[in-house]
Amino acid sequence: MKRIIKSSLLLAVSTVVLTTAIHAKSVELLNVSYDPTREFYQEYNKQFAAYWKQKTGDDVTVKQSHGGSGKQARAVIDGLEADVVTLALAYDVDAIREHAKLLPANWEKQLPQNSAPYTSTIVFLVRKGNPKHIKDWDDLVKPGVSVITPNPKTSGGARWNYLAAWAYANQKYGSKEKSKTFIKALFQNVPVLDSGARGSTTTFVSRGLGDVLIAWENEALLVSRKEAPDQFEVVYPSLSILAEPSVAVVKVTADKHKTTAVADAYLKYLYSEPAQDLIARSYFRPRSASALKSYARLYPNLKLVTITSLHKNWADAQKVHFSDGGIFDQVFENKAK
Amino acid sequence: MASSASIGDGTVIRRILIAITVLFLSVFLVLPILVVIVSAFQQGMHTYWAAISEPEALDALRLTLIAAGVAVVSNTLFGLSAAWMITNYSFRGKNLLITLIDLPFTVSPVISGLIFVLLFGGRSVVGRWLIDHGIHIIFATPGIILATCFVTFPFVARELIPLMQSQGNQEEEAAYMLGANGWQIFWRVTVPKIKWGILYGVVLAAGRAVGEFGAVSVVSGHIRGMTNTLPLHIEILYNEYQFSAAFAVATLLLVFALVTLVLKRYLEYRIDRKSEAL
Repeated sequence: MKRIIKSSLLLAVSTVVLTTAIHAKSVELLNVSYDPTREFYQEYNKQFAAYWKQKTGDDVTVKQSHGGSGKQARAVIDGLEADVVTLALAYDVDAIREHAKLLPANWEKQLPQNSAPYTSTIVFLVRKGNPKHIKDWDDLVKPGVSVITPNPKTSGGARWNYLAAWAYANQKYGSKEKSKTFIKALFQNVPVLDSGARGSTTTFVSRGLGDVLIAWENEALLVSRKEAPDQFEVVYPSLSILAEPSVAVVKVTADKHKTTAVADAYLKYLYSEPAQDLIARSYFRPRSASALKSYARLYPNLKLVTITSLHKNWADAQKVHFSDGGIFDQVFENKAK
Repeated sequence: MASSASIGDGTVIRRILIAITVLFLSVFLVLPILVVIVSAFQQGMHTYWAAISEPEALDALRLTLIAAGVAVVSNTLFGLSAAWMITNYSFRGKNLLITLIDLPFTVSPVISGLIFVLLFGGRSVVGRWLIDHGIHIIFATPGIILATCFVTFPFVARELIPLMQSQGNQEEEAAYMLGANGWQIFWRVTVPKIKWGILYGVVLAAGRAVGEFGAVSVVSGHIRGMTNTLPLHIEILYNEYQFSAAFAVATLLLVFALVTLVLKRYLEYRIDRKSEAL
């Protein structure tokens, strides 16, 4: 009798355990992102999984895919089934909306601050001791200075780099023609154009090419503080650009996967204090004032212009500078001659 | 013998030639292999083991083996039937077919990958229909298998066609006259004649399939733990500044390459003996 009671108790307990196990759903998300966010999302995915588990009891695993921002947008257009995209610039998310109709037209308004939960800017990374005395954009066009930057045709980061230089030239020289000459002189000093930001960093850091790398601030901090401490220095120019990497739920795909709720929460949680703190620790500029305050020494104040002060919108900037026959093509073709 | 002795007579020339060969081999072969091995173990045995036993590396290894396995089996079947057809029958367009088989060798791997993206991508009619019905080709395992098949597909056929052509089909004809059916002829006459050739093609195809980067990179989508093969995983590790880990995983490919090389050498030896016996 005792044994029967014991075993039926065991049965009851195991049934309860089993059914709760069944009730805890396990969800999978695919986050298609750009190059320099690898380290950040690796950590954030753990943070969000813990938060989601505590809130709903469900397990969520986030798969990551990284590459040049433009290339990643292409892959999503071609059928890579991302639930969320976290790309380098709004233009690439917009390309997905335009060519594949996977997002609503107002995707940028779905989340606070233009759907950009973190920002960054463009800075210079130079070798220890700054042997070529690089202080500002003007130093990059001097003869004998070798500049590393990726290809603006394929890399989102490279477009920010280019536009930061453009903004500086515009402010200093005023006229479009003179800015063009400046950009031309700058690209004359570029020996190699990699296809993505990470590729350029590797060219500069591991292959030892170039005197200065124009880079994302987050990439420059990552290298100079974590990956190769004491070998490089970050130089802040007098003026740079406010880069707002965009995040968005790929609505159509998420609806199909029935992951819209998790995907929404995944992006919203980026704005929470713990996530903002992680963002600041991962060398991105946080939106939250308190996180920014705690890490103020990492992120010096700097004159930052926005893309909208230079152009009507990204599509316009893209057309003027980077489309076939645009200013970049003009100055780069001339380089060969 | 006398003529060859006079060619290699000058000891100076001989030494120079040997020196050039040794120098060339050390710079292009031995040094890179040493760099891979040294870098792989630079941070100690522990890092090495961690790099090759982490789940993402194992997933990449598994996907690589699946893709290579399917590619080798299907290309062996294709190569056999193509070679059999080309040597035993004559038909219009035979030379065109032989030329077409070589196509994957002449097309750049990136283009090979793009072909599948254009064919099965979300913007093609076929691709849209498949995706709407929940069938994923590119950015999933089938795409990686397809791309691997495509780039390795000439190996077995290329090996077998000249072999079977040079051997002729008298034996098959004799077997036919003696009353054997097609199946018997194939298994008892043809296969024994060409088995070393098949294995040689298989080894070459497997070597290429495991190491393929370009075509697979285009169709992969680079989802960690899902659509990364070993070469893609190595690139990712390298880009994440995990140099030791990248080289540790590279040693897996190195081991595979060495095994392929030894097998290839052995098969060449067997094929040579076979042709001497004939």
